[in-house]
Amino acid sequence: MTFLKSISDVHLDILKEVGNIGAGHAATALSTLLNKKIDMKVPSVRVVSFDEMMDLAGGAENVVASVFLRIEGDAPGSMFFILPLQQAEKFISQLIKDQSFSFSEQPENELAMSALQELGNILSGSYLSSLSDFTSLALYPSVPALSIDMAGAVVSFGLLELSQVSDYAIVIDTALDDEGAQQQDSVRGHFFLLPDPDSFYTIFSALGVKIDV
Amino acid sequence: MFKTAEIIKVGIADMNIVKAPDLIRTTGLGSCVGVVLYDQARELAGMAHVMLPDSALSRSEPLNRAKFANTAIKELYESLIKKGAKHQGLKAKLAGGAQMFQFSGSSDMMRIGPRNVEAVIHELKELRIPVVGQDVGGNSGRTIEFDPKTGLMQIRTVNKGNSEI
Repeated sequence: MTFLKSISDVHLDILKEVGNIGAGHAATALSTLLNKKIDMKVPSVRVVSFDEMMDLAGGAENVVASVFLRIEGDAPGSMFFILPLQQAEKFISQLIKDQSFSFSEQPENELAMSALQELGNILSGSYLSSLSDFTSLALYPSVPALSIDMAGAVVSFGLLELSQVSDYAIVIDTALDDEGAQQQDSVRGHFFLLPDPDSFYTIFSALGVKIDV
Repeated sequence: MFKTAEIIKVGIADMNIVKAPDLIRTTGLGSCVGVVLYDQARELAGMAHVMLPDSALSRSEPLNRAKFANTAIKELYESLIKKGAKHQGLKAKLAGGAQMFQFSGSSDMMRIGPRNVEAVIHELKELRIPVVGQDVGGNSGRTIEFDPKTGLMQIRTVNKGNSEI
């Protein structure tokens, strides 16, 4: 975990602010899109093992709807927008104005999938553009890819770059709630931002924070 | 006294050894490959959840040997032999190596699943361990569970049902 040694609490606080700004804009976009109130939790920045990372997404075997995209440009990384199936169904039925929509529907509802992908696109786009403004780094999102599958299978893909240098990931995690969601719904929508190892230095130096390499 | 069967869990970039009646299991394999080496006569099995094909990709110290195909299989092999498995009795089964997302402008990382599978098979060939079953590729996540007594691997997927190899 050599690259983690140089990261202090101050750095983690900065990353938290990065998550706050990005996810704040994304939550606003989601709220506008669905025309309802969206609650955003204070982002958490954690250094987690890969297994703990799966637990953040609800457990490796838990089935989730996820939109994944690569961030290209000055500070490459991976980004996930992960929704529990129930919440994803709720969002989709609202977007396509079809209350009966369900993922178990056969054949697969193409309009619904495309709506979910577009939702991920808009949200991650607003996350990234605010991040880009804040850091004055050029960040470009790839075309988002959608997958409805086990969280472990999906999230491990975003860990590949990190896994070459470390057994731990620094994850900037923001949970979202729509108003009226039951409190006991412990699994919520999540934004995960996973900068590639070298990107941390780029982000910190863009914000004028010293870091020893 | 009877011993109740336990399920030994293998995390991501992790490995473990199991003896019957216990089972061994790993969840949420995407582009990762779950590889099992087993000696059925001695009811011994080892499983690794491999993330990357080659330890040459590693830029960290110390090396987590369970993470890479080339090091994980050697390590599994050595620990099984140490536990009393016989080389002649060893067989391998593997699952995983899916491509979870389809991207257009694809870097090498994008086809990591197939690369992991190739690396695992190559390494098994080097050690002259026959691959007697595999369920690889596709674009579904898998959860696998192996029983060293029967030598069977249960595979669960979300979209494509369950199977056994």
